[in-house]
Amino acid sequence: MGNDAPTPDAAASVDFKQVQSTKQFQELRKRHRSFVFPMAVAFLLWYFAYVLLADYAVGFMSTKVWGNINIGLILGLLQFVSTFAITGWYVSYSNRRLDPIAAEIRHEIEGHEFDKEGNKISGVTK
Amino acid sequence: MTLMVPAVNVADLKDTTLLNMGIFGLFVAITMVIVIKASRNNKTAADYYAAGRSFTGPQNGTAIAGDYLSAASFLGITGAIAINGYDGFMYSIGFLVAWLVALLLVAELLRNTGKFTMADVLSFRLKQRPVRIAAAISTLAVCFFYLLAQMAGAGSLISLLLGISDWGGQALVIIVVGALMIMYVLIGGMKGTTWVQIIKAMLLIAGAAVMTFWVLAIYGFNLSDLLGGAVETSGNPNMLNPGLQYGKTETSKLDFMSLGLALVLGTAALPHVLMRFYTVPTAKEARKSVVWSIWLIGLFYLFTLVLGYGAAALVGADTIKSAPGGVNSAAPLLAFHLGGPLLLGFISAVAFATILAVVAGLTITAAASFAHDIYASVIAKGKADADTEVKVARRTVVVIGLLAIAGGIFANGQNVAFLVALAFAVAASANLPTIVYSLFWRKFTTQGAIWSMYGGLGSAIILIALSPVVSGAKTSMIPGANFAIFPLSNPGIVSIPLAFFLGWLGSVLDKKLEDTTKQAEMEVRSLTGVGAEKAVDH
Repeated sequence: MGNDAPTPDAAASVDFKQVQSTKQFQELRKRHRSFVFPMAVAFLLWYFAYVLLADYAVGFMSTKVWGNINIGLILGLLQFVSTFAITGWYVSYSNRRLDPIAAEIRHEIEGHEFDKEGNKISGVTK
Repeated sequence: MTLMVPAVNVADLKDTTLLNMGIFGLFVAITMVIVIKASRNNKTAADYYAAGRSFTGPQNGTAIAGDYLSAASFLGITGAIAINGYDGFMYSIGFLVAWLVALLLVAELLRNTGKFTMADVLSFRLKQRPVRIAAAISTLAVCFFYLLAQMAGAGSLISLLLGISDWGGQALVIIVVGALMIMYVLIGGMKGTTWVQIIKAMLLIAGAAVMTFWVLAIYGFNLSDLLGGAVETSGNPNMLNPGLQYGKTETSKLDFMSLGLALVLGTAALPHVLMRFYTVPTAKEARKSVVWSIWLIGLFYLFTLVLGYGAAALVGADTIKSAPGGVNSAAPLLAFHLGGPLLLGFISAVAFATILAVVAGLTITAAASFAHDIYASVIAKGKADADTEVKVARRTVVVIGLLAIAGGIFANGQNVAFLVALAFAVAASANLPTIVYSLFWRKFTTQGAIWSMYGGLGSAIILIALSPVVSGAKTSMIPGANFAIFPLSNPGIVSIPLAFFLGWLGSVLDKKLEDTTKQAEMEVRSLTGVGAEKAVDH
């Protein structure tokens, strides 16, 4: 299957600026960014806090909690936990909040022309 | 709990050479058959570079894990934990957390806007020629550093297995690995390479799981006892605490920060990982692949924690350091301690296959970038047909294979996880700012991209050349000379912020405005997948 994406003719004549200015697309972009940006900042801060602690707070990180298991090891393993958790969270967010609206826009672009106000002219299928 | 720690006699390993080679030969034979079968339908450029976009998310996710869990992860991290304790664990964490950057910011958007290579995305809305050339050059540079690490790992591994400690013998081994790799890529293209990655990832994770289970069983499934064992054997309670390797001076602490930064920002900018996102049909499958790979990779890194401390406890740092192959021999020596020659043979074959597969993945990325970005778009000015392009790609494979062989002979003996971290630093400096800016910043311009890519790439490479990695220390590549005026061994803390800054500065100073239509198109395509998805029924 030579699906030579992503420059097939289906999208060649689309006025992308028009699409970009539609409310629907603005909403998709807002939803995407309002999730990924704060989340990226949060996990990077948490990761660098951990690196700084391991680097400059060796005494604290070496505090034994249970047997030979110290705070450093627990925080390290928590990095694994948070990574798995954010992954799951993002997937469920995309499935609920991003995919449906993206599919809708895609469907409209591939099936319809847009007028100058960015409203779709229904019925004009290519 | 008293535990006998029988010494691993490295000389015994020689007796098992034949067995090791047999297991490895079997693996090569099986995968070669699969590669030949998989490559029957390779016709178009999309087939050769992107496996016809025919893989599912889980398949591709396993292949990504295969690409990512290189010799650096298996041999390098296990060795680093066995010798340096907690500081080695840092590699695992950085390598894993980094996937969130790929998942949240890069994978899907990239799948929707590109075709074959990283340069497709970076030059989407900027000036084609200069951006494409810059992206191709940085792709080649990153692949080269990564290749060095893998070849060095091959040298370590084989010298241990065959007990070859002389320079010429190890060089010969590296030549054989290189030749095998060239064959895989020439015959199989992306599809063949992907299948090798999938098989190898499953074998590697299964092998590591068996060893982890075994080590834990010895310590009654009590992690605390295992850690105690590592402290007892090494006689150093600081094995469990941060700072054993990096905590000595203020400079080395800064080096640790630099490493942390490079690890977390490098992954999403590795060209051979990015290229994998094009082997799936939709952005949703790209997302699924990342999720799969995060789970597999995370699981594997949890294993390396046990394996590293297991090697420290059961084999001992002194035995590891004095074995042929040095630090990188911790995992194979642990396998020998646990399961004797048979497990050693299996683990070594898997590790060797790992190197072979990763090298193949890197080579095909570099070849695609040269053929697609430099040859087809710049030299032939878009007039080359797909057949010629694939032909050029195949020739490039041979050239890159030869370069990798030469480089690997010289990088032999360095810790492979450390060498890979350098590739991460180069990738994060040269590629990540431009990827992020062009996906998310409307006002990003061609000048910004050029400044950021060349600035990041140049500063990272120059700083490495002037660092203790290359000269001025006992462990340097050129131990006799001393021109190490940059004190850190990882350049990330300087070169990554610099590249981000240059991207911003170049854009705001750029008098020429970019095409806003192209920007709109890229944004709409990246978020909705228009044109990249298979047409939905209307």
